[in-house]
Amino acid sequence: MTSPTIEPATPGAALEVRDVTVHYGEVLALDGASLRLERGIVCGLVGMNGSGKSTLFKVIMGMVKPDRGSVQILGGSPKEARKVGAVGYVPQNEDVDWAFPVSVRDVVMMGRYGFQGFTRRPRTADREAVDAALERVELTALADRSIGELSGGQRKRAFVARGLAQGAEVLLLDEPFAGVDKRSEATVTELLRELAADGRTVLVSSHDLHALPGLADEAVLLMRRVLMHASPAEVLRPENLARAFGVGPREAA
Amino acid sequence: MDLVDILLEPLGYDFMQRAFLVTVTAAIVCGVLSCWLVLIGWSLMGDAVSHAVLPGVVLAYVLGTPFAVGALVFGIAAVALIGIVRSTSRVKEDAAIGVVFTTLFALGIVLISVIPSQTDLNHILFGNLLGVSVADLVQVLALGAVTLATLVLKRRDLTLYAFDPTHANAIGLNPKVLGALLLGLLALTVVVALQAVGVILVVAMLIIPGATAYLLTDRIAKMLVISPAIAGACSLLGIYLSYYLDTSSGGMVVLVMGAVFALVYLFAPKHGVIGRWFATARRRAAIGRRRIV
Repeated sequence: MTSPTIEPATPGAALEVRDVTVHYGEVLALDGASLRLERGIVCGLVGMNGSGKSTLFKVIMGMVKPDRGSVQILGGSPKEARKVGAVGYVPQNEDVDWAFPVSVRDVVMMGRYGFQGFTRRPRTADREAVDAALERVELTALADRSIGELSGGQRKRAFVARGLAQGAEVLLLDEPFAGVDKRSEATVTELLRELAADGRTVLVSSHDLHALPGLADEAVLLMRRVLMHASPAEVLRPENLARAFGVGPREAA
Repeated sequence: MDLVDILLEPLGYDFMQRAFLVTVTAAIVCGVLSCWLVLIGWSLMGDAVSHAVLPGVVLAYVLGTPFAVGALVFGIAAVALIGIVRSTSRVKEDAAIGVVFTTLFALGIVLISVIPSQTDLNHILFGNLLGVSVADLVQVLALGAVTLATLVLKRRDLTLYAFDPTHANAIGLNPKVLGALLLGLLALTVVVALQAVGVILVVAMLIIPGATAYLLTDRIAKMLVISPAIAGACSLLGIYLSYYLDTSSGGMVVLVMGAVFALVYLFAPKHGVIGRWFATARRRAAIGRRRIV
């Protein structure tokens, strides 16, 4: 966890969501959600289906315009952040077409498109960044496999590598542990911890409450607004979970 | 008559030369675009745009403008209308597509029935390959070249859009612009292929080559070569067959494409039905041998 005594006063938080409200037609998806993440931490985003986790991600990514409220990334506007590739995104399993005919290296190279010219022709710097990112997530040996040939955990690491190649300071992972076996989960967790130690900020939405203490420095309990932002142990206390899930922790997990 | 004579004889006619040029151009452009349509799941969109251009073509004949202009206007209008109906009502995308394109197609048919002109409905619906004028040829070649060049230069962006539009947005590319670019190129491609195979069969050229290539490779870069190559070869063979069998040229081209797809569907090494069956059988045999040992 970052301690304010060691960390010098940074000009801005990694991510600041202020009073964001989003409607989809009649449905209220987010209702005045506020959240501030310092740099270099892993934060778990906990909430049941329909609590607004995906909507919050979309607002941070600039895919959904909030009716009210604002988002700041690294002290600037989301648009500026996107221009420099500051936000990396690891999609949910079911949001990816795993039969898509691309190699792992192709996927990671897509992280570099923002830096490339009109036709996105890769230059030496791009190839080096991709190689370094693959090395970092330990997928170098599998770089020329099709993306669909990877295991669940390897797929997540490939998309994290895309974020690294892109130079992302803030990484968003949507349900990274769904359909991933325990051993791969441990590998992904270790990788995310290392990235946070390097100063990157990681926001992970997860159903897997048991994984939270080993993964995250902080946890956020979401139910259309932020009910609680504290240590994972605090957030996982039964009476707190009951507020977000309306049930005991055993059923929630 | 030996093979060389068989191949050369049709080329002795100017109109056949133009037919070959128009069809192969259309096939190559369609073949390239087809890869992304198949990967995104936009086959129905291809069908829609190709039908929706009919009133544009009819009006262009009436007004004396190049038919490509009318087709392009209605192709883009159809895409815009589909987007509007889908995003401003509770109607889902496939229904929005169905409503818009059938209505525009019907408008075209009504226009043909009330406007006294030289326009032959059959030529628009099924292509008029043997009646390609020099002006038509120039138009198809020019549009084909522009469309193909754009597709090839922006291929990486289009692939990114097809694979992960959210990531495109995250690195500052606008996925809506990329989607619009792809749809605009679709409208242009339909125009290029209209004369060769007609409104109804354009969709075959927009889907079959990409679907065939998808069964043959796991890399989009290879698909983008295999698909137009298959499309070009099938259209050449189709025209020769139609010349010697005296059958509909557009129909013959699409029949050949369908036959090639069927062969690949069955025999593709990795993704073909029989190829997969053999692979499973080999695995089982290997397991059996290990058990015996």
